[in-house]
Amino acid sequence: MERKKDNSAIKELIVPVTAVFIGLVLGGILMTLTGVNAIEGYKALIMGCFGRLEYVSETIVYTTPLIFTGLAIALGFRCGLFNIGCEGQYIVGLIGAAVVGAMDLGLPTFIHLPLTMLSGMACGAIWASVPGLLKAKFGIHEVVNSIMMNYIALYLSHYLVNGPIKDPGITSPYSREILDTAKLWRFFGQNSPIRVNSGIIIAIAAALFVYYLLFKTTIGYQIRAVGFNPEAARYGGISVPTNIVAAMFISGALAGLAGAVQIMGIQFKFLDIFAFQGYGLDGIAVALVGKSHPLGVLPSALLFGILQRGSQTMQMLAGVPKETIGIMQGVIIIIVAAEGIIKGWLPIRKILGTDKKAAGKEVGRA
Amino acid sequence: MSEIDATISPGQVILEMKGITKAFPGIVANSDVDFDLKKGEIHCLLGENGAGKSTLMKILYGLYKQDKGEVFYKGEPLVVNGPADTLRQGIGMVHQHFMLIKPLTVAENLVLGNEPTKYGFLIDKKKAKAELMEISTTFGLAIEPDAKIMDISVGMQQRVEILKALHRGAEVLILDEPTAVLTPQETKELFVIMRKLVHDGKSIIFISHKLKEVMEISDRVTVINHGRIIGSVKTSETSPSQLANMMVGREVELIVHKEPAKPGKEKFRAEGLVAENDRGLPALRGIDLSVRAGEILGVCGVDGNGQTELVQCITGMRRLSAGKVTLNGKDITNMPPKRCFEAGIVHVPEDRQKHGLVLDFTVAENMILQTYNKKPFSRGITLRWDEIKSYARRIISEFDVRTPDEDTKAGSLSGGNQQKAILARELSRTPELIVVAQPTRGLDVGAIEYIHKRLVSERDSGRAVLLVSLELDEIMSLSDRIAVIYEGRIMGTMDIEDATEETLGLMMAGSMPASHKGVM
Ligand SMILES: Nc1ncnc2c1ncn2[C@@H]1O[C@H](COP(=O)(O)OP(=O)(O)OP(=O)(O)O)[C@@H](O)[C@H]1O
Ligand SMILES: [Mg+2]
Repeated sequence: MERKKDNSAIKELIVPVTAVFIGLVLGGILMTLTGVNAIEGYKALIMGCFGRLEYVSETIVYTTPLIFTGLAIALGFRCGLFNIGCEGQYIVGLIGAAVVGAMDLGLPTFIHLPLTMLSGMACGAIWASVPGLLKAKFGIHEVVNSIMMNYIALYLSHYLVNGPIKDPGITSPYSREILDTAKLWRFFGQNSPIRVNSGIIIAIAAALFVYYLLFKTTIGYQIRAVGFNPEAARYGGISVPTNIVAAMFISGALAGLAGAVQIMGIQFKFLDIFAFQGYGLDGIAVALVGKSHPLGVLPSALLFGILQRGSQTMQMLAGVPKETIGIMQGVIIIIVAAEGIIKGWLPIRKILGTDKKAAGKEVGRA
Repeated sequence: MSEIDATISPGQVILEMKGITKAFPGIVANSDVDFDLKKGEIHCLLGENGAGKSTLMKILYGLYKQDKGEVFYKGEPLVVNGPADTLRQGIGMVHQHFMLIKPLTVAENLVLGNEPTKYGFLIDKKKAKAELMEISTTFGLAIEPDAKIMDISVGMQQRVEILKALHRGAEVLILDEPTAVLTPQETKELFVIMRKLVHDGKSIIFISHKLKEVMEISDRVTVINHGRIIGSVKTSETSPSQLANMMVGREVELIVHKEPAKPGKEKFRAEGLVAENDRGLPALRGIDLSVRAGEILGVCGVDGNGQTELVQCITGMRRLSAGKVTLNGKDITNMPPKRCFEAGIVHVPEDRQKHGLVLDFTVAENMILQTYNKKPFSRGITLRWDEIKSYARRIISEFDVRTPDEDTKAGSLSGGNQQKAILARELSRTPELIVVAQPTRGLDVGAIEYIHKRLVSERDSGRAVLLVSLELDEIMSLSDRIAVIYEGRIMGTMDIEDATEETLGLMMAGSMPASHKGVM
């Protein structure tokens, strides 16, 4: 039995790992074709991500929000939902945290800090509940509404930071800086340029929390049942609409938390944005490569964090066009999403010892 | 190919499987299996649930690759690269759950995979239709080419599957439990088709758990148990009880023995139930029923006369537009499934894969589908996995669900074992009313015997049982009273002593036998 378990863990890993491998090889070929020494290119990637303490710090800074949005999307997937609205939920999370964080209520850190965080989460959760409710009540597909909510969030933030929440003391469209009582702890000093902060710990804790929620609680049981087979869930007395709303709510809270942590640990204020920042969309890739498993999301987010951070250093140090990394990311995502391609690939089939259809995936028939 | 073809005459071996071994995690599904098929015969593969029949056939069809062993087709080693290739070489399979595209027409489904095209990319519908008409007249299988799959009966869908295989030139046909979902009439029609096909020189492998059918249609029977071949016999030289014995390794009681019911007070009552089906058409037009404690009420009828909707309305899965349902005098009309279940109804649904199980959940997870938030399976919101797993282990062994362990995905169980898992979950509770729809669909004789005994003992302990089944035999042998359903109404209800197959048959067809006028 033990052996069987180990085996299945390997099976889960094999597709993402192969995808990354193929992505790297392809990236190498691309670099060579564009006249860059691939070895130099990858060296720049590694050095840029881990070469110095600041670089490691930056890599983690890139990774942190991806963990949150990856978790948000993964949780949605588990309930059969595609929460493409993380982008907007992230933005309202930024605002929620920026506003509450800047309030001078004379609160001590241990109240103000969680309150700020909760504010960001609540904004994200409420934002996500709208498409959730529309889906649950009227069966309107969540993707359409989530995307519309994204634009509403973007333009609303634009309005707010140019008006109601703008810091009157400066000309730029920034909100006021949050108080020290709402700032996360930067490991190397609050004013240090090494920006890594306790946000990463919160992110890892969030992954553990989502893992616990999904697999160890009745709430997770319901969410997964609805995701796998809503008809059977209904038969079992599990309310499908309730769980759709619940899953969107929690998913939105996680995306909102991404924004909150970004404000509290990195930006300290809301800076006007003119386009989506991509954390929400990259979260989809993170969740896919992490096989929608909360603990898979962690290494997956790190991978995308490295690639993003690395795309800058590769450009700077080795002259590799940023798009190369974009293509590599794309390839990895496509391969993982179309896992059948890999599982059907002969050498892999041999390693797995499976057939055309992976054991267990094949719908049981009499 | 055709030269070799000509050398094989009826009665000679066309297909041979030698020393086939196939293991899945935790279980050996086929172990050193030898199997052969002669040209022009109907060879039945018989065995308990989980014995490895479907696995062996999937290996033959190229869906699985064996770990060991060889297949010879027309005297030569058969090397296949997936089902499409197998089909090209002349071996076709009709799966129990059809693989048709529902919104497409019969003709479009027929040509799927090698469509005749116009201008190189447009599907030539006219040609598709012509091909269908040609093949359907050749084999005498009438079918409506322009009907959409979703609008035709299961029997017709099966016909499309068979035509599809024949269209690609199948000479060997594998039919995996084709009759499990067919009405008796459709089964008869299928047998006519099968006889015609072997007459035309095709060879057929047929899987069924119904010994009556096996005796009627097959030339030879091979029994497989726990992945091993027990033996082969000529059908003409065997009997149902011998087959059952070979299969299960002991005597099986093919008839249910039960004491007469001692019914108590009325437990369940349905009055004037009116409901629509999924397509919005009237399905129930005023159903009245009642079940007393300690009795089994059997509802029989031809498929599609409202049985499905009746069960769903009673168990909260479908809304009633009129009528009243009471359990122990309490009104439970249009309560959601959860409330029905809390009121004391258990429900074995007719569609095990759609409603009964979450196939991607493990067996253990499926065992708590309604009770996950009850003690002892959870405390607060925390699931208690050790409790859940030990409970699952207990009922798995009590109901003899064949699975490597409770952590195995339900979807990888054999069809019959999926059904047993649902029965285990539902019958392990202590309800007021047991509603079972097609409870033994896909079960082997041993399992049927066990489930029937279990239902009778539930009855004897004072529960009310509502049995809905398309199997007249099952209705006749289990029920204490029988209600016949026809076009959404109850034609009549009678005690088992008064019921004969003829009266039931007439009533199921909508005519009231003279002797039963006024019975209600
Ligand atoms: N894809 C799979 N993954 C893991 N185990 C499997 C898979 N398919 C079948 N098995 C196991 O192999 C055994 C044989 O299954 P199979 O479906 O061949 O039985 P069967 O004889 O067709 O039974 P039934 O009469 O219930 O349909 C079962 O124990 C089943 O759990
Ligand atoms: Mg089977």
